[in-house]
Amino acid sequence: MGIFQMTKTVLRNLARGPATRQYPAVPARTGPITRGHVTIDPATCRSCGLCSRRCPCVAISIDKEAKVWEIDRMRCIACGDCVEGCPFGSLTMEQAYLPPVVEHVVERYTITYVKPERPAKKPAEEGAGA
Amino acid sequence: MPERIVVPFGPQHPVLPEPIHLDLVLEDETVVDVVPSIGYIHRGLEQLVQKREFTEYVYVAERICGICSFMHALCYSQGIEHIMGIEVPDRAKYLRTIWSECSRLHSHLLWLGLFADGMGFENLFMRSWQLRESVLDTLEDTTGGRVIQGTCKVGGVRRDIGQEKLDEMHRALDPFEEECRDLGDIFLNDDTVKYRLQGLSVISKDDAYALGAVGPTARASGVPVDHRETGYAAYGDLGFKPVVETAGDCYARCAVRVKEIYASIDLIRRAIDQIPEGALDVKVKGTPDGEYFSRVEQPRGEVVHYLRGNGTKHLARARIRTPTLANIPPLVKMLPGAQLADVPVVVLSIDPCISCTER
Repeated sequence: MGIFQMTKTVLRNLARGPATRQYPAVPARTGPITRGHVTIDPATCRSCGLCSRRCPCVAISIDKEAKVWEIDRMRCIACGDCVEGCPFGSLTMEQAYLPPVVEHVVERYTITYVKPERPAKKPAEEGAGA
Repeated sequence: MPERIVVPFGPQHPVLPEPIHLDLVLEDETVVDVVPSIGYIHRGLEQLVQKREFTEYVYVAERICGICSFMHALCYSQGIEHIMGIEVPDRAKYLRTIWSECSRLHSHLLWLGLFADGMGFENLFMRSWQLRESVLDTLEDTTGGRVIQGTCKVGGVRRDIGQEKLDEMHRALDPFEEECRDLGDIFLNDDTVKYRLQGLSVISKDDAYALGAVGPTARASGVPVDHRETGYAAYGDLGFKPVVETAGDCYARCAVRVKEIYASIDLIRRAIDQIPEGALDVKVKGTPDGEYFSRVEQPRGEVVHYLRGNGTKHLARARIRTPTLANIPPLVKMLPGAQLADVPVVVLSIDPCISCTER
């Protein structure tokens, strides 16, 4: 093994430029399935509470009476189990990583889903049933 | 006879990033005795098994260690599957093997970098981590996470790798292997590395066996133990042979890991070639009732998950024996006779992962 074993590497590295990226000026590399953070669409959430029951780290809580959905970002481990378990597709996993924070804040969302009213039965059917 | 002094080493040390504390008894510069102590980062993850449902605990098991994360999840899942009698589909087994070997690649490249840094070979450290980055990118593209994959679950896997991505991985393996061989060549043949490592802290085959060494530490001393030989996941189909060295010194431990990188690349290649089509998971019904010792070969050695279920959705007990815990007694045997300046290199040569050890 010669003394100049690493010379090839040195020259290649000089030609290729830095291997790292200038984060945060350049955003972190993410792929199409990167687990970044969970978001909710309050317009479609039906307050079933499956997400909060599935969450392994108790990051999600839901108040069915007050129609409030809360997520504690510091507890959330972005495993994606809530997204998989949501029967209405209200939760999505976004790819971007959230920036670091210094304060512990629980994010609150007010659920705006309104149960559609049942279409009124036709009088003819009522008559037939009676 | 020179006077004996005790020098504390760790838990904070510039070379060693792991919080292990060693009391080194020195005569002049030579180590004559070592008293290890751990307990700086205990997190109580075993207790959590009684508070999380057995399907949810996979995520906790995965977070025991940031490097062999996938294999902890795999070991736990295999244990539960054995207790409940679940047969995992073949495609899931192959995917688990591919991700396990990717984890082993990035763990070994990380370790080679840290080891080069411990020797004072900064350039080599950066080259190793540069290669590791491409493995992490592949893991992120296929699982969604760089170090915490989150794809293993009880009953199978949560994600598939499309044929397009598999082909892309297969094509990328050849140039990657070439770069790894360039890198491994320096670790195995460079004079600087050889002077520093050969003959340093030898542990004999008998000692390694008697003290219960596992993984590369045992294989470097000529003990041919590798749990992958038992054929869990898809290793049975892939025809696996463990890498064994006989010298038992730091150089041999380095050589085992370098050659395991080549073996892992080969395993991934064959797994991609042979991967069958089929389902990814089976539905898990019922609750675990029974106990099982689940064992998996991690980059650092064999991990043991003891799981006991009592018929409820919470397990009654989980006990996790990680490879570093098994490798600390051999470390204590290795260190006497080494110079103080060599201690970080010798400690690194067992690839300590203390956050694993203390769970």
